[in-house]
Amino acid sequence: MTEGNGNVVQLTAKDFKSDQEVRWCPGCGDYAILNVIQGVMPELGIPRERLVFVSGIGCAARFPYYMQTYGMHSIHGRAPAIATGLAVTRPDLSVWVVTGDGDALSIGGNHLIHALRRNVNLKILLFNNRIYGLTKGQYSPTSELGKVTKSTPMGSLDYPFNPLSIAIGAEASFVGRAIDTDKKGLAEVVEAAARHRGSAFVEILQNCNIYNDGAFDYVRDDKANRIYLEDGAPIRFGEDAAKGVVQDADGSARVVDVADVGEDALLVHAASHREPSLAFALSRVTFDTDGAVPFGVFRRVERPVYDDLLAEQLAAAKERSGEGDLEALLHSGDTWVVPGDG
Amino acid sequence: MPAAAAFSLSGRAVPGVARRPFLRVRYTSCIATSKPVEQLERVVIRFAGDSGDGMQLTGDRFTSETAVFGNDLVTLPDFPAEIRAPAGSLPGVSGFQVHFADHDILTPGDQPNVLVAMNPAALKVNVGDLPKGATLIVNTDAFSDRNLQKAGYEANPLEDNSLTDFHVHPVALSSMTVEALKEVEGITSREAERSKNFFALGLMSWLYHRPVEGTLGFIEAKFSQRPEIAEANTKAFKAGWNYGETSEDFAVSYEVAPARLAPGTYRQISGNTALSYGLIAASRLSGLPLFLGAYPITPASGILEELASLKEFGVRTFQAEDEIAASGAALGASFGGALGVTTSAGPGIVLKSETVGLAVTLELPLVIVDVQRAGPSTGMPTKPEQADLLMVLFGRNSESPVPVVAASTPAGCFDAAIEAARIAVTYRTPVFLLSDAYLANGSEPWRIPDVASLPAVPVEFAQGPNDGEAFLPYRRDAETLARPWAIPGTPGLEHRIGGLEKQDETGNVSYDPENHDRMVRLRAAKVAGIAAGIPELEVDDPGGADTLVLGWGSTYGAIGAAVRRVRAADRKVAAAHLHHLNPFPRNTGDVLRRYEKILVPELNLGQLRMLIRAEFLVDAVGYNRVRGRPFQAAELAEAIAALVDS
Repeated sequence: MTEGNGNVVQLTAKDFKSDQEVRWCPGCGDYAILNVIQGVMPELGIPRERLVFVSGIGCAARFPYYMQTYGMHSIHGRAPAIATGLAVTRPDLSVWVVTGDGDALSIGGNHLIHALRRNVNLKILLFNNRIYGLTKGQYSPTSELGKVTKSTPMGSLDYPFNPLSIAIGAEASFVGRAIDTDKKGLAEVVEAAARHRGSAFVEILQNCNIYNDGAFDYVRDDKANRIYLEDGAPIRFGEDAAKGVVQDADGSARVVDVADVGEDALLVHAASHREPSLAFALSRVTFDTDGAVPFGVFRRVERPVYDDLLAEQLAAAKERSGEGDLEALLHSGDTWVVPGDG
Repeated sequence: MPAAAAFSLSGRAVPGVARRPFLRVRYTSCIATSKPVEQLERVVIRFAGDSGDGMQLTGDRFTSETAVFGNDLVTLPDFPAEIRAPAGSLPGVSGFQVHFADHDILTPGDQPNVLVAMNPAALKVNVGDLPKGATLIVNTDAFSDRNLQKAGYEANPLEDNSLTDFHVHPVALSSMTVEALKEVEGITSREAERSKNFFALGLMSWLYHRPVEGTLGFIEAKFSQRPEIAEANTKAFKAGWNYGETSEDFAVSYEVAPARLAPGTYRQISGNTALSYGLIAASRLSGLPLFLGAYPITPASGILEELASLKEFGVRTFQAEDEIAASGAALGASFGGALGVTTSAGPGIVLKSETVGLAVTLELPLVIVDVQRAGPSTGMPTKPEQADLLMVLFGRNSESPVPVVAASTPAGCFDAAIEAARIAVTYRTPVFLLSDAYLANGSEPWRIPDVASLPAVPVEFAQGPNDGEAFLPYRRDAETLARPWAIPGTPGLEHRIGGLEKQDETGNVSYDPENHDRMVRLRAAKVAGIAAGIPELEVDDPGGADTLVLGWGSTYGAIGAAVRRVRAADRKVAAAHLHHLNPFPRNTGDVLRRYEKILVPELNLGQLRMLIRAEFLVDAVGYNRVRGRPFQAAELAEAIAALVDS
């Protein structure tokens, strides 16, 4: 950014810390995410005053208070809608939505899918801890079936959402995943999302050490179960890259031992493929199905951005009719004159 | 003469000036009439037919002709929510009433002098509203056994002497239209039959000497993509006009002289259009880009559609996924420095409550337009009611005061929109703007204001720190109690706001008990203080009255007409009309206490009455009807007279 004297100032992570005391539970995965994002911000080269973080309700939604940018802590589930109004009227801003699994996928599910389908220029970070934390431990729409919580003492009955499958199904033009403790991987995905024009959706697996501790230990602790997606490269992972992913004739993807199928049989990641089928198949590869979880950028395609299209219509209308003339508008249609007595 | 007698009941036709030869020819496309002409002071016409018969279009065109001619007028479109209810059925009847006069008038008229009924169902639904001696023009072609049965007639009312109270003109509208169009190439006989509404319009235009150039130009423009349809409608229109001129059934035609309105340039305008223009004007006056978040809903959709067509004014319209998103996006736009507006009707406003509450605590401008309709729940979507007042005042959790502005006439929606926006941006608050289905669709002549005379809507964004080097987002303006509007993009003013309670001045999250009490009172005081900047309540009291009629919203016209009648009957009565429902004008209490008796007519069960009784301890009584239609002047006059005499 540029100071008044014209000197370019290189900001640091510290410049993005607000004066507010961070009040998440000690040990919460949100701390790690906050640190990474404060670290990524200076890399983007966007002045602080042009960054806006909008959130809904939930633990994750406290995020804007801790960022030395503009911010709004709004209503449960509605952040994508509020951010849409801001983004389409202010294309000069970089607008971010911070949300959780309950906020984004339960009460706010409708706004999420419509923001993604419109491709509004928003960066949406979904902190998924598979539990309701702020309300003290009820199951969430991403909790596993049969989850025993305070509100489901005999186990939850509803099948969970897969956030990435939803985003891809909702025509998202950028879809990625990271995990709270993986600084490098998280920073890369968030930075890629920031540089994507249009709506970018990032699921961040986040540990709630109070109400759902260890929910992601299978990838948090056991790094061998992380599948890092690299665009254009065969998908391999695990110790000595001995494992990989293949795509079957029916389109589904699964984990294999590379030794069993040969390197040439491996699926080559193509984040920018015209069709979302590949990204969707990868979103279905989970710890439950395959014992491993993909991370990185699943999908990144160019698609017309709602904000741009709206701006183009405004420009086209002015081109066609000239800048709006209020006097002429009020006199449009049939008019008649009642003369004065004079 | 039967027709003249009909008008004399309510139209006060003056026999002495009847049969004056018609000298003035206003149109060129049709030959001038050679029949005798009668002068009338005012006429109420109702067009009624199937919802697919084009009655709204017919009424609109007749209204435009009437407006251009220079009569004062008020309209009342009355249509079902169903787009195409079964043809010929009673629920499918669509009506359009227009009242026009040679003097200023206030209502669409209680009873039609003329009913144009396109089928038996339209006759059955409307005949009960006709006074004895009214004129009835019926499309005899539609009176088939099947249609009579659908309308629930056991015998044909045209043949069983049940209409002897009326002057009936049986006209074979459909078959004459088809006959007139037989040489038009490229249209089916079904399409030809559908031009019958233009035949009826032509006949009525002849009967009341309406200028026709506007309609002919309209047909040409509207059907420019299908010239054969344009030709058919033009021919049908002229055939209808010529039928009036040649048929012996119509012995006389009528003239209603232009009204003596205040000098100026006029146009006809509906409430939804006026409201849209008012929002655009507010955007221009404040220098803020207009953002409208909306979800389609009757009867508010017209505002979304109107503004969507005016993008050259920099208007961004956003058809959201739901009512909640519509209001949320508008609030987000306000945060960014736009004039954020969301429009809906009652069932949608309910869904916006949480966003309005957020706007209350964020202290950001937001205009929420509620075009009220009959409820509860889905209710009667196309019918007016005034029963959302208490909802917009109190329908939120906790102490969350919101100013309320109400429009009282279709054209008045223009000024009300500017006023709502002015309050919102000046005081950084959500503001409810109340209209209703009657104002939204009704229209009247509007003396177009001079743009230079419109009120100022000054807005200043915060540009720098307000506490030494620091910026306090909740430090208030001493006069308005408004907090600074610091929009993203302003260097050095980065701050966070949210739905959690805020510490006074800093805006930081606070759970301090005394701070919360202070903030609740500050927000209330800010809204109450708006009264200092709004006009005092005006009272229309020629002197000596002990009874005051207090109204708000769209009952303005009916109350005004009723008060005139009561005064004409040598009774003394005062009237006042509220345009601000929260806060009330600062002299409201003084005005109310000046009168011994207060009548509050409302299209609800007494919502304003409850408010003024609670706030001012006055013993107001109500006149309340909740029928999904405006008051009739006659019933109000009766109620007022009864109270005056009591």
